[in-house]
Order: sequence, then C-alpha cells, then structure tokens
Amino acid sequence: MALQETPVILPGHDFETVTETIAEIPLSRRFPLGWIGIILVALAGAGLLQMALGYLVLKGIGLWGNNAPVGWAFDIINFVWWIGIGHAGTLISAILLLFKQQWRMSISRFAEAMTIFAVICAAIFPIFHTGRPWLAAYWLFPYPNTMGLWPQFKSPLIWDVFAVSTYATVSVVFWYVGLIPDFATMRDRAVSRVKAIVFGTLSLGWRGSARHWHRYEVATLILAGLSTPLVLSVHTVVSFDFAVSVIPGWHATIFPPYFVAGAIYSGFAMVLSLAIPVRRFYGMESLITMRHIDNMAKIMLATGLMVGYGYAMEAFFAWYSASPHERFMMWNRMFGPYAWSYWALISINVVMIQLLWFKRVRTNTTLLFVMSLFVNVGMWLERFVIIVTSLNRDFVPSSWGMYYPTRWDFMTFFGTIGLFLTLFLLFLRFVPMISIFEVKTLLPQAKVKAEH
Amino acid sequence: MSLDPTEPNPEQPLDVQKRGTLRLRAGQAIDLQRVREQLQQGGPPLWRSLEEVADTAEFRNYLHREFPANASDWLDPVGRRGFLKLMSASMALAGATACTVQPQELIVPYVRQPENEIPGKPLFFATAMTLGGVATGLLVESHEGRPTKIEGNPDHPASRGATDLFAQGSVLTLYDPDRSKTVLHLGEIRPWSAALAAVRGGLSAQAATRGAGLRLLTETVASPSLAAQIQQLLAQQPNAKWIQWEPVNRDNARAGARTAFGQYLEPHYDLTQADVIVSLDADFLSSEGAHNLHYMRQFASRRRVEDNADNLNRLYVVESNHTVTGGRADNRLALKSSQIEAFARAVAAQSGVAGIIGTAPAGSDAFVDAIAQDLAAHRGRAVVMVGDSQPAAVHLIAHAINAAIGAPVTYLPTPELVPGEQTAALRELVADIRAGQVQMLVILGESNPVFSAPADLQFGKAIQSVSLRVHSGMFFDETAQQCHWHVPAAHYLEAWSDARTIDGTVSIVQPLIQPLYGSKSVHEVMATLSERPERSGYDTVREYWFAWAALNRTTGSTGSTGSTSAPASAAAAEFEQRWRKWLHDGFIAGTAAMPTAAALAPDVATRITAGAAIDGLEVNFRRDPTVYDGRFANNGWLQELPKPMTKLTWDNAALMAPATADANGLHNGDIIAITHDGRTINVPAWVVPGHAKDAITLTVGYGRPLAGDLGSGTGFNTYALRGSSAMFFGGATIVRTGDAYDLVGTQDHWAIEDKNTGIVRAATLEEFKQNPAFVKQMEHLKLDKRISLYADKEYRGQQWGMAIDLNTCTGCTACVIACVAENNIPVVGKAQVKRNREMHWLRIDRYFAGSPDTPDTYVQPMPCQQCENAPCEVVCPVSATVHSAEGLNDMVYNRCVGTRYCSNNCPWKVRRFNFLLYQDWNTPQFKLQRNPDVTVRSRGIMEKCTYCVQRINAARIQAKREDRAIRDGEILTACQAVCPTDAIVFGDINDPNSRVARLKGSPRNYATLEDLNTRPRTTYLAAVKNPNPALPHNPMVGTPHASTDHGAGH
Repeated sequence: MALQETPVILPGHDFETVTETIAEIPLSRRFPLGWIGIILVALAGAGLLQMALGYLVLKGIGLWGNNAPVGWAFDIINFVWWIGIGHAGTLISAILLLFKQQWRMSISRFAEAMTIFAVICAAIFPIFHTGRPWLAAYWLFPYPNTMGLWPQFKSPLIWDVFAVSTYATVSVVFWYVGLIPDFATMRDRAVSRVKAIVFGTLSLGWRGSARHWHRYEVATLILAGLSTPLVLSVHTVVSFDFAVSVIPGWHATIFPPYFVAGAIYSGFAMVLSLAIPVRRFYGMESLITMRHIDNMAKIMLATGLMVGYGYAMEAFFAWYSASPHERFMMWNRMFGPYAWSYWALISINVVMIQLLWFKRVRTNTTLLFVMSLFVNVGMWLERFVIIVTSLNRDFVPSSWGMYYPTRWDFMTFFGTIGLFLTLFLLFLRFVPMISIFEVKTLLPQAKVKAEH
Repeated sequence: MSLDPTEPNPEQPLDVQKRGTLRLRAGQAIDLQRVREQLQQGGPPLWRSLEEVADTAEFRNYLHREFPANASDWLDPVGRRGFLKLMSASMALAGATACTVQPQELIVPYVRQPENEIPGKPLFFATAMTLGGVATGLLVESHEGRPTKIEGNPDHPASRGATDLFAQGSVLTLYDPDRSKTVLHLGEIRPWSAALAAVRGGLSAQAATRGAGLRLLTETVASPSLAAQIQQLLAQQPNAKWIQWEPVNRDNARAGARTAFGQYLEPHYDLTQADVIVSLDADFLSSEGAHNLHYMRQFASRRRVEDNADNLNRLYVVESNHTVTGGRADNRLALKSSQIEAFARAVAAQSGVAGIIGTAPAGSDAFVDAIAQDLAAHRGRAVVMVGDSQPAAVHLIAHAINAAIGAPVTYLPTPELVPGEQTAALRELVADIRAGQVQMLVILGESNPVFSAPADLQFGKAIQSVSLRVHSGMFFDETAQQCHWHVPAAHYLEAWSDARTIDGTVSIVQPLIQPLYGSKSVHEVMATLSERPERSGYDTVREYWFAWAALNRTTGSTGSTGSTSAPASAAAAEFEQRWRKWLHDGFIAGTAAMPTAAALAPDVATRITAGAAIDGLEVNFRRDPTVYDGRFANNGWLQELPKPMTKLTWDNAALMAPATADANGLHNGDIIAITHDGRTINVPAWVVPGHAKDAITLTVGYGRPLAGDLGSGTGFNTYALRGSSAMFFGGATIVRTGDAYDLVGTQDHWAIEDKNTGIVRAATLEEFKQNPAFVKQMEHLKLDKRISLYADKEYRGQQWGMAIDLNTCTGCTACVIACVAENNIPVVGKAQVKRNREMHWLRIDRYFAGSPDTPDTYVQPMPCQQCENAPCEVVCPVSATVHSAEGLNDMVYNRCVGTRYCSNNCPWKVRRFNFLLYQDWNTPQFKLQRNPDVTVRSRGIMEKCTYCVQRINAARIQAKREDRAIRDGEILTACQAVCPTDAIVFGDINDPNSRVARLKGSPRNYATLEDLNTRPRTTYLAAVKNPNPALPHNPMVGTPHASTDHGAGH
C-alpha cells in the first residue's frame, strides 16, 4: 500500500532538528496561552474531583445513584474504562517493541504517559467506591496482622488489586527507564540551573557510554517482556470481576479476550484523541506523521471488529444457551429501559467503525479525531451496558430497579478526566513528549552509521 | 402569644413575635399586613406560624410538599433526619433517659421471674394492645427495663402468638421523639395541677345542670375498667353524654346485627369448619387487628395439603379494591362496592333465603351461580363474611344466608363494652354543639376527630364554640391544636389498663416502663372527672378487678357469683394470687363470652333497606394498610412498610383499575381532582391490577399537617372528601389536573409470566392430586449432579434451614415489620426508597399473573436464601461474609469494606447496603428501642437476613447450660414468630424429625433458581389453589405447560 512507503518521520530532519523540536518545549520559559487555557479547565476538573471525593468520604456512597440491584455503576464503569484506555500505551511500548515496529517510537512516550495517568484515574475508583475506603485502602492487601486475617483470594477483586498494582508499577518503571537518556539530553541542554539540577537528578548520571546503552537495551527488553503479558492479563483479570459472577450478562467465558480487545481499541482511540491535537499544536506533524495516524486507525479498526464480534457472540450465546435468564438479559439490553445505550454502543463500535476501512477517512485527521472521541464514548457505553443493564434486571423480577446517576456521579467522572488532562498537560510541558533518542534512530543518518 | 389565658380569642390581635415555630425557608418575606387582615376576618383560631395565617402559597406548598424545600435538593432525608436528630436530642436529653426504670408497681414477667433478671438477658411480660376497640394479647421483650420488641402471646386464646403489623410498629411509637411531652394550655407549658384545676372547674360549672353541657368523646372503649369509670361519670352527671368515635368504625356491621338480631352482636365464624368461604369485601386475611389474626390462623389451617389434599378450602372474594384477601382468593370477582349488595341479594335468592330477590350485577351471573351451588353443596360447612365497609343491608343478607345454609358461625357480644353506631353519635354531638348545648368537651385517645371526622360535620370548626376543650393523646395532633388543654397520654406500654379481645377474653394491660414524659393514662385523665381526681391508673384497674374477683371467686366461672363473706385479708391474699396469674398469663382465663342464642328476625328480608345504585364512578374510603386511620402517620417503620398490594411507601393514592385509568388517560402519579358530594380533593392516581372498574379506593390517614417530623405532609388527606352520609363509598367524578406526583413503591408491577423461571410455582387442586410432584417438572434446567469447584461441607451438628408455605402465606407483611423491629433495621425515607435503597432484610414479593383486569396474585416472602454454595461469599475480597459451621451465611459487619460485590452477585438481591448513615445514632429515645443483641450498623457496610442468629445463639447458650440439644421449635425467627398463618418454619434440617425437615420433604417443596446450583436453605412450598372448575381462571404460574413455552431452547 502506498502509505507504507510513507516514511515514519518526514524527510528534512537531522539529529539537531529532532532534538530541537522535542526538547525545546520542556526547556523553554514560555507557557503558551493555549496550554494555560486548557490546563485551567483541567485543573478545575481536578478540583471538582477533589470536592466530589471529599464529600463522598464525608457522606457515603449514597451520594451516587448506586442502589440495591445496581450496586456498581459509574464507579466501576469508569474504573474499567480508564484501565482499558491505559492498555494502548503498554501495547505500543512493549508488544510493538518486541515486534520491532519502528513507527511506535514517535508515539510510545506519550502513550506510556497516558497509560500511567489513566491507571491513576482508574485506581481512584476501586478505593473510593467502597463503603469504607479508609479500610479498603489496606484491607485488600495481604499484610501480616495480629488477627491472622488475609484477604479472600477467591475474590476477583483481590486479583484486581494484584493485577492493577503490578500494572501500575511496571508501567511507571518502564516509562521512567525509557526517559533516562532523554533526561540526560535535557540536562545537557538546560539553560536554567534549576532545570539542570532537576533533569540531572532524574537522568541518574547517564553519560551515554556504550555500556550505558547496552544496559539500557537489556533493561528495556526485560521490561518489554514483563509488560507484554500484562497487556493481556490486566484486562483479563478485570473481566473476571464480571465473568466469575453468576449474573446473566456478566457470567460469560468470552469476557477475557473481548475485554482485552476492547481495551486496546479504546486505548488507541484515546491515543488518537490526544495525538491529533498535540501534533498540530506543537507542530510535530513531521515526527508524528500520517503513517502513525493511519497505523493507529488500522489497529482501532481491527480491535473494533473483534469487539463487534464479541457483541455478536454475546447475543448468540444468549440465544444458544437456551437459558431464560440469558435470553431475557439480551432482550432487556436490546429493548429494555436502557436500550438507548445498547444501540448507541452498536452504532459507534460496530457501525461507525466501518468507516475506517476507507483510506480517506484514515487520513482525515479532523474526522478521525471526532471518531476517536466517539469511540471513547462508545467504549464507556459498553461498560455501562455490561454493568448497569445486567444488574438492573436479573433473576427475580420483584427486585428489578432502575439506576439513575446523580450530579455526584458526573462530577466524579468529569473530575477524573480533569485530573487526567492536568497530568497530561504537565507531562507535555515538562517532559520530552517524544523519545528523542529513539526517533533519532529512524533518521537516515543513523542508518548510515549502523551500516558502517 | 398574648391570648387570654382561659379563653381563646381569635379576634384579638396577636403578638406575632412569639410564634412561628414551623421551619420554613429562611428569608421568606411574610406580609404582616395580610396576617392581620386574615386574623381580622377570623383566620385560624390557633395557628403555628405567620405563614399559616397569611395562608401564603409558600405555606400551602410547604404543607403539600413531601420535603421542605432546601432539604430535598441534595441529601433530602438525611437532612431531614439530621434535623430530627438535633431537635429531638435537645428536647429529650433532659428527661427521656433518666426515667427509664421499671414501674414501681409489681409487674410479673411471663416466663422468667424478675429476680432472675440478668443484664443482657431479656425478660418477657404479657400485656395487650387495643386498636379499634379490640385487644391483641402480647408478650413484650424487655431489655433491662426497656421494651424493645413486641411478640404475640402464644397462650392467648384469640391470637395464639400472632400479632398484627400495628402491634409490631407500636413499640416505635412509644419511643417517638415527637410525642407530646408536657401538659399544654394554648401551646404554653403548664403543670398537671393546672390542668386538673381547669377540668375540676369545668366540671363544677356543670354541677347545676347535672352535666348537660359535658360531652366525653373517646375511642371505641374495650377496657372494662375505663367503661366503668365512664359509667360512673354518667351516673353522677346524668345529662352528660359519652360518644365513641373511630374513623374506621364498625357501624355497618353493628347496624346489620342490630337489625337482624335486635341486639349488637359480633359474628364469630369458625373457618376451620368452612369448606367454602365467601368474602363480600371482607379483608380478613390482612394483618390488621385481632379479628384478622384469629381468622388468618383458622384459614391457614385449611390450606395445608400435606396430609390430606381435600382439606383445602375454597375462598371466593368479591370486592372493589384488590386486597390481600382478594389476592388469596381461589376465585375473585372485582365489583364496585355499591354493586355488592345486588350480588349478595342474588346469592341469597339462589341460596333459598326466603323473601330476598335480586338480580346479579351485569357479568357476575356465573359467579353467583357458582357460589350458590357451592354453598348449597356445602351446607353447614360454608360461610359468607362481609366487610365492615359494606352497608348494613349486606350484613343483613349475609346473616340470612348464613342462617339458611347453617354456616359455622356463632354470635358473641361485641368486644367493645358499649356498642353503638358511632357516625350517628358524632353527628348528634356536632348538632348539640351547634345548638350551644355543650360547654365542656373532653376528647380522649388517638382517634383525632378534628382531622378524621366526616368533612361535612366540620368538627374542628364546630367545636370552637365549646368554652372548655380538653384533649388527651399521645401527640399534639390536629385535635390537640384545637383544644385549650392538652394532656400527653401514656402509651399502652407505659400505663395500666385492661382490654377485651374478640371473644371477650380480658387481658390486663401492664406497663413495661414508666412514662417517658410523665404522661397520664386514660384512666388517670378520666379520674379527674370523678370523686377521686388523683387516683392512679393502677389503682383504678386493680380496684375494678378486685371487685370483679369478689363476685367471681373461682377462676373460670364468669357467671357464678361467689360468696363475699370471706375475711378481707384472705380475700386480698387470694386476689393477689389471681392478679399475679392474670398478669403472668396475659389474660383472665374464663372471661370469654358465651355465644348468644341469637335468633334471626323472621322478617329479616323486609328489614333490608336497599342502597342506592351508583351509576358512574364510585369512591371508596378504607383504612390504610400501614398507617391505619392516621394514628401511625409518624411511625417510620409503618410508613416505610410497603403496602401489601400496591407496595407503595410513605404515601396514599387513588387506587383504580387499569381500565379506569385508561378511560381517563391516567398514569401512575397523575394527580386527579376527585369530587364527591360537593367536596374536591387532589390525589395522585395509582393503577392496581384487579381493582374494580369505575371505582376508586382511597385510604384514609394521610396528609396530616401535625403528625410529627416524619409523618407531617406525607400523602393526601382523604378525610377531607369523606362525608358522614357515605362513610365507605359514594358517587364521585374525577378530573385530571395535569400535575404529577412522585409515588414511590418498592416494587413495580411485574407480571410473573414475563420471565417465568419457576420462582413462584402453583397448581390447582386437580393438578396437584394428579401430580403431587408437579414442582419438580417446573425446573427449566435439570442438574444431574451437584457440581461445584469447592468440596461439600459436612455438618455434624445442626444445620439451619427454612421452609415457607406459599399456600398459607397471605402476603400481609407482618413479618417484614417484625424483622425491622428485631434487627434494628433503619428507616431510610421516601427519597431513598425511590432510589431502591430500602433496608428491609425480608421483603414480600408480589406478582400478578393473567390479564390486568382479572389477575391472579402471588406473594412470596423473600429473606436471605442462605445458600450452601453462596455466590456472595466467594466474591467478597475481605472475607466479610462467610459460611458458619451451621450452614448460615454470616455477615461480619466489622470486616465489611462495602464493595457491594456480594449484593451484585446475589441472584435474589436480598442484601442491603448502608449507602448513607441511615441509622439514627443520636436520638436517645431510639437508642432505648434497639435490640441490644443485634449490631447497629453504620454507613458503608452490607447487611442482610441472618435467620435471627442472635436468637439461635441465645437458644444454644440455654441448651448448653441445660446440657441438652436445641429442641425443634425452640428457636423462632422474628418473621416466623409473628406470622399469623404459621407459613414460615425454621429449624434444623439435619434432624429428620424437625418440622422444617418434614416440610422440605413435601412434594411441594422447591428451591428458587435451583439451576444456579447455589443450593438455598430457604425453600418454598408451592401454592395449591382450589378454583371452582365451573368458573374461568388463569393458568397457574410455573405449571409445566407454561414453562415449556419459555424454557425450550429448541
């Protein structure tokens, strides 16, 4: 295909211009107006989150709309949504690294950053959605205590604790290790003393010796090896929260692969939602090229089709199981009180995604940006459908009940988006958003050296 | 307020600064000019706030709205409850906690002697509660002098251990922080001596006319000693009059008996002997009052088909509203109340009652024929019962039918001591007042006539001309507000009294606690009108029974007059012995009335005055299933208790048939204006499947402005529509107003066929006889073997289980409130119920099957199923819900962090989560009420039914001390203990001889959702219905043919 011939980075760059383009942003004294405007909005969102969580701890989960049939709602929807978004970063930095996909180099840094921030947002919910978060914060961890009590290892929520904490740890380490050479570059180029000290500390004495590079390569490979199973396992474990239960709509063997595909799908949508405006705003079109955009759109299409297959299988199994509970669950999703959410989900994740077959769509960044936002909404709706429409009408009709979110639910959700954007904007401003040394390896000059 | 201390003078300008205790939004401007104008024009004589006088839109809105404006926005009930906490705490701190000691007079515990009182071990005292002129025998659990839980008295001949839901709720009323606490004169606190002086002054002013200006207005009196006090007063003041008034009275039944037999009699049906029961609007299976408890037990005894399927009786119900009884009917016909007379006539005509002719209402011929044939086929073994709301004519017809078919019915003197027709008496009272003949009016009890009297009498307005109005009641209610003097009345658990139950058996009402607020018992208030104005209630009651005992020397011979020549000291000693036994037993043996040889007037047919037909829409007035006549409006337990059929909480509504709603374009919650007899009220509509067409049922007791912090403003005042000429039904028109109102129920109108997974199973008698194991065929998925990841647990000692018989359960919801009382379950308020957050551990599921016009109703009590493979246990991350060595799902509150995963994974959704701080931790009165054996749960944790594990543990400790095994039946869960039909059986399923194990061996036994392999310990016995084959009936739910339709996947 023609696009494959498009170089990963546009011609005209040399080592100097790459370093200049990327390092200039964290090192400059300028705070662009646009950046200030957006971070103010984001900070307002983060403040909203702080208020919502503070009042939540003061008053209780009753602030939210959760109720007796629908014990989980926005809290777990948001948790799964954020965790899923994180997956793209790990996939890009680990799996694509192992597969030697060079195009990943321009986007891996901020995709990894996105992963970490998404996991931070996600981790808020399992703690704060409990009735007594001050106890949940440590009772869910296995720590030695005089009561001789351990967590209950049969519970998927405990598996979650391990899965998510491992994921967060490995992601942070991986990201940081990848940053060390660039921090050194920043240290060397810093004009202000403060920056020189900060970046110097962060670069851990990196001098760029061959031994450093060798150890760096080994560490990266090991971390990539560690991260690769996490891409599959974390969302598999998250899906166990549902699959292990007995509730129709949750109790499904298809969940692990279906959740993983959904996670990557939503993750790439989020990368696109971030990359498209960022590359334009910071003039990075030459480093994050249409090749990247196109590749990510293709992955979205592929994973989106897998997710669509998951929907089809859910419906098929409901029919094929001959279980009245399962059949009713599917009927309820399609025609029950929350049918709007199911059909909105289908229109986005199954119908709209087909547009990505067309090259013209994949290369239209504006359209792609809008579509990626829709996919984020669609994947949020998927979790809404799975969680709320399964719980609101399960086995015993007398206990059916509707769920309506409250303003606190929305405040918490939008608050986490604010927190995410705040962290991401700080990252853009103070950390090289693209891996300088990796991108340099893509330059023709680097190739010459390699052959030499 | 600068009113004259003795005379209220509405014309006089008021010092407006001192009033205004009502909480309204701060900053609302009040038009003082308008206040003065209103008062000039004769505004309200007593008022609470400027807003009320000004009659502003805001004030009306305040009264109308469910919740005060600001509170409802964010965290409404919590805000309101928070306010309640602070207010009541500050008001009650001083007095409430200090005086909670045992009464000084000797009271005798039922089972264990007072000297055995061990802290932490409850004592049980026998007493009785009177409601509507009938007493129910009770055993009250007392923890260190605090009554905490009401149980039925199992030895009591009338109720046999059952209680109704009002008795269960009454213990909360005792501790209600809104109860009136002090003697008030025109709203100002006064000493008791001042009230006494005022009453004595009023009485001496009457001396000249021998009481011509004195009127005494009481509830229906079932207390012999109180009746004696009143008779004594009437003897001294022969021109005085005594009026008994209850808004839900039994006038029609009394009038019917008087016309039929020439005297007031109470028909006493023996349902154990009845193969066929025809209920004409008689709701005798709802847990309301001692009559029903008695009949429910008898009815249930004929619904058990374990030993003999032919034991099954057949119940026909003809009614307008869809009641609990209608829900249990084998054949049910919905008819307008006004048509039931014609229906009864047609049945009578076909049953060979001489002189009665009539044609059945359109469309009911087949039903009449079927009933008449069944009655004829079961002569001597069939009864016709009539509800109190049916006019006297229908009672007459029923008496005639029962006589003609030789029904198993006896006629007893009424439980009330002086029966009469109360509405007529009240009308006469108002006429006397209007004629200026009344100068002193004493109103005793909770019947609250200012609020509850028929609207056309304008009682509250009329009594303004009485110069001395004295009220005694537990609350400063609407009536108290319109009286000069208010004396706080003692709760029945605080005062000595006595009362008769349905068969005349007398119970001594002994108090369990000293009055919390220095209230006065009704005997003590009556004493102020006697020669000995300061006689204590204890002395009054005891002296009455001392005199009675002197006449009835031997226990058990009511009629014989014994010798009174024995020495006084010996007589006193003997009486002391008997008194102790009465208190201990909870009743005076042998005081049951003898059946009267009542002869039906031979010309009974000619005495029936035909009622007028109602062509269009008919409006019915009924007592409310949970707040009764309004007296329980401030009782959070009862307010939040879902009404048995509608499942509504915290409100009443205009109940109507789906067809009526369709015809008027109405949906649930649409406010309609109902006009009846020139009066109009606005009430939201609520559609009830099976309700009679062209009829509306309103329950009374809601919409009280002065019920208290919880009850004020809930629901809609339907007394405002009710007139003295049509106390129970009359013609009406409705108009849709276009407004809507949030009615909140705990369950929607799901029909069971929508999702038939064998949760409820039923068969007709024929089907059951042909195939006794029919329930087994209703499994839609057969599990070949018990597969589980985890090894089966072995139970060497006991393992607990429960069986619930759906054939005897009537869905009365008494078990729900018993569970609330036993397990310290919090009240969450309407806004939280709306969010599906009610906390009831046990609920009654109600399903309809068939068409909305003629549905079958199925009810199913749903406690925790205590699964063996419990889905909740494996998903808890912190092991807060674990399996006990005896098979229970234990909930470890301290360990719970509140992930709610267990609730999500519970297929029955019986787990309840404390989303907010629902428990009231501060009000001292509520602290007194709580069961100390059950943890008071805090915010953020899960809770659920424990099978009353505290009772299991108490029994285990007792058994261990006595070195024996726990006996079968020794442990009664709270729901089981209260159940009037004995539908719930709990016990050890490892013991093959236990009752529960034998029930679980019944062919009717099944577990719900068996295909999930959770192996519930709570199982159900399928219903067996006995519809008349000659009449059409809906197919039974869960029957094999129905389940193949749904379960087949091929």
